[in-house]
Amino acid sequence: MFKTRADKIFWFTLAAVFLVGLGFTEVLANEYYYTAVYAILQATMMAVAWNILGGFTGYVNFGSAGFFAIGAYTAVALDKWLGLPLPLLIVGSAIICGLMGLGVGYLTLRLKGVYFAIATLALAIVLETLITNWDFVGAARGVYILTPEKVPFFDSYIQLLFVVMLALTLGSIAVSRQLNDSRIGRGLAAIRDDEVAAECAGVPTLRLKLISTTIMGAMMGVAGAPYPFFVTFVDPLSAFNLFVAVNAIAMPLIGGTAHWIGPVIGALLIGGAQEAITVTISSELNVLVVGIMLVLFITLAPQGIVGLVQKWMKRRRG
Amino acid sequence: MDLFANAIVAGILLGAFYAAVAIGLAITFGQLDIVNIAHPTFVVAGSYITWILNSSYGLDPVLAGILVAPIFFVVGVLIYRVYYAAFERTGQESLSGLAFFFGVMFIIEVVLIMVYGVDYRLVSADYIGKNIDVGFIGLPLRLVVPFVVASAMTAAVYFYLSRTFTGRAILAVAQDRLALQLMGADPVRIKQFAFGLAIATTAIAGSLLVMIGPVEPSLGRVYIGRAFAIVVLGGMGSIPGMVIAALLLGVVESLVSSFAGPSWAPAVAFGVLLFTLAVRPSGLFGRA
Repeated sequence: MFKTRADKIFWFTLAAVFLVGLGFTEVLANEYYYTAVYAILQATMMAVAWNILGGFTGYVNFGSAGFFAIGAYTAVALDKWLGLPLPLLIVGSAIICGLMGLGVGYLTLRLKGVYFAIATLALAIVLETLITNWDFVGAARGVYILTPEKVPFFDSYIQLLFVVMLALTLGSIAVSRQLNDSRIGRGLAAIRDDEVAAECAGVPTLRLKLISTTIMGAMMGVAGAPYPFFVTFVDPLSAFNLFVAVNAIAMPLIGGTAHWIGPVIGALLIGGAQEAITVTISSELNVLVVGIMLVLFITLAPQGIVGLVQKWMKRRRG
Repeated sequence: MDLFANAIVAGILLGAFYAAVAIGLAITFGQLDIVNIAHPTFVVAGSYITWILNSSYGLDPVLAGILVAPIFFVVGVLIYRVYYAAFERTGQESLSGLAFFFGVMFIIEVVLIMVYGVDYRLVSADYIGKNIDVGFIGLPLRLVVPFVVASAMTAAVYFYLSRTFTGRAILAVAQDRLALQLMGADPVRIKQFAFGLAIATTAIAGSLLVMIGPVEPSLGRVYIGRAFAIVVLGGMGSIPGMVIAALLLGVVESLVSSFAGPSWAPAVAFGVLLFTLAVRPSGLFGRA
């Protein structure tokens, strides 16, 4: 864990961020800040998850909203059915969405990458139709979630969820970093660069692709699991929001996909800007800005912000 | 029995319209290998332009669609230019190209929402709302007119592709780029033309869409599944195969919404798509 200096810095930063977040719950009472930061954390986690497949492997997932929503609805269903506590709901969502990722991957990853992209898009709509027709979780009407009024250690349930989300997000960043630096990560990079060559060199491409879709799915499910408790009301329209899917794609592509830090940078920058724009101007404009930035970045700076910074540092040195 | 027959007839009428939506995608996705997921959103944009021309100048929807088609052709050519320069030439079309069209789709949708809101829009014409009754089967003209126009357009594109030099060059560019170059045709210009043609068809398809039912900005998303399901099921770029797939989907959807309820209809196309991809990705009439 602490082999190099970079490792030490990384884990120290992670711990510091978590402690600072924890500290805020002692001094800040205004719930708005928690809501805003929660949204950014959720977007960060989705971006990091998307990047594990999209950035490391080069397969585009358009169905992020589907994984997210199934994570949320799994939590709702398990809560209504068995009344499990939050940590178990999160585990449940991770398992269901991980299996979902594995299933879609198994069906389509043997074909050209394009089919995977289209299948994920299709999956999101099929799932939305299923949920819209499933009465147990409220169908099209949506469902209200009751959250406990008193929670131990924290002033409110929102604060508790904020800390949980902070821990989950930092955890997902750590997973993504470990994966990026590991043997699996190098295999994934080989697939991204040239899948045929990788296969010929003995990289088990299908197995690696399935591993990364499973991790991606599970992580998106985890990101979705606390959502119903956070907003206390979910309906298919809000859970399967296209905006979730667009953010999950735009943030890594703008931040830079090849490095684990890319989606984090993208998510913090865009997520922060979004919160500011939504409050000060309008939420439609905010959505439009993301779309335009996405198109501009992939046409003009395909390596994202990380790529731009690397280029700039190279030029300064030489 | 009446309900069943009516559902089948409505499905065939609808299926012909689905073919008009999918034909552009059969060219771009099937022949040119350009995964234009923004295709259905262009159809919706076409619907909005038709709606504007119809509601403020009283123009006939079909005529409006035909008038807008050349403008869409130019838009298509420009988009292909950007796509070619940014992705195809550098060989990055798989990931970045997909994300590019996703972004384009999103921008069109949000601009429509910002300018016109999320209200449903309708067009008016004398024939919309009338019925022809044949025995116990009622044929609503708002489905019959799109059926006729869609069939005419599909046939025209089919004959254009199979009979003219440029049309055959479009088919050739997918099969053997180098050979085409040796025959004295520039593959990039051919693809540019073909992409323009594909986007031009969405203008007409859009005018039919708004005739069939009310349109709102995010309607394109449901049509992504339909259009891709039809193209994949039809065997990627085979136009007769695509027409059969479109009719099949139209009939199945119509039966499902008559007997299981309309809220299940969107899942049919995507179900068909997922199933085809999993079981027989070359489609019904694929080249293998």
